[in-house]
Amino acid sequence: MDKLDNNILLLRLQERFGEVIQNQDIPYGLLTLETDEEHIIEVLEFLKKDEELQFIYLTDITAVHYPEKELSIAVVYHLHSFVNNIRIRLKVYINGVNPEIPSATVLWKGANWMERETYDFFGIQFLGHPDLNRILNVDDMVAFPMRKEFPLEDPNRVDKKDYFFGR
Amino acid sequence: MNDIKLGAAPPGVEGAGFFATSLDKVIGLARANSLWPLPFATSCCGIEFMATMGSDYDLARFGAERPSFSPRQSDMLLVMGTIAKKMAPVLKQVYVQMAEPRWVIAVGACATSGGIFDTYSVLQGIDEIIPVDVYVPGCPPRPEAILDGIMRLQDIVKNESLNRRNTPEYKALLEKYGIQTNNS
Repeated sequence: MDKLDNNILLLRLQERFGEVIQNQDIPYGLLTLETDEEHIIEVLEFLKKDEELQFIYLTDITAVHYPEKELSIAVVYHLHSFVNNIRIRLKVYINGVNPEIPSATVLWKGANWMERETYDFFGIQFLGHPDLNRILNVDDMVAFPMRKEFPLEDPNRVDKKDYFFGR
Repeated sequence: MNDIKLGAAPPGVEGAGFFATSLDKVIGLARANSLWPLPFATSCCGIEFMATMGSDYDLARFGAERPSFSPRQSDMLLVMGTIAKKMAPVLKQVYVQMAEPRWVIAVGACATSGGIFDTYSVLQGIDEIIPVDVYVPGCPPRPEAILDGIMRLQDIVKNESLNRRNTPEYKALLEKYGIQTNNS
């Protein structure tokens, strides 16, 4: 068997999923693919359980907010195959008004806290998550601070007001 | 070694074998020279405080020999470092557990105003949740600055009226921060 590289990996995924896998790119040598929320768990499960690929390690789940895009939230999955020493990144674009995506906790128990963190900062509902509540921020916070519509600075700050600087 | 300056006695009446002054002044003097510190250190200002407690700067010279790690037996809360909003209820709890009279020093830019951490997750100065007596500037302040802050607090303690903690003004101050008081 040849050593698994990005091209073989991409071929394997395309032959299994076809049109479900889109916009493949290899920025900085990291294979990056897009899929949709109906198929993400299927794709993850294939990557994890395929005997050749063995992406058994979920490195991270996070998200990015692109307010200018129609589907404004990108949920990003990073997987690592220890056996083949190769990584992959999967992106799912979902709508920003009511972002919902199935939980990956059915595949990795470790996805629990990653999804809680992503919920905490972006307000993404991970459907099927056992305990989706805030993990890092204070419980009574009303904002999802990494979304662009919420200001990053604290409004109570007084010593940076313009009148202290003659503005 | 003749240039040692003794602390000045409070104003009073002196005669052969006696010295009379007001009770306020005597209590103030006693309190000011035995301020038991409670260090609440979260970051680099705490490292400077360790130097302040150490032999070179020796906070014990000012009557603060015993750092208390129980809020119930301490007089002076020193908050050193960035206080995240999630830490705020803990700090408030510590303050509430201290017995009266109690004083607070905010050491360094973060405890005073949030410092460089102008962000949604950091408290923009501990005076948002508890009353503060002395602010020490610096990022972090040198041990000399912390000592100076403690000496300024000693001035406050020496001149505090014995009745202050029972006044309606003091009660109103605490209630502004949502802290229950038991004096009527």
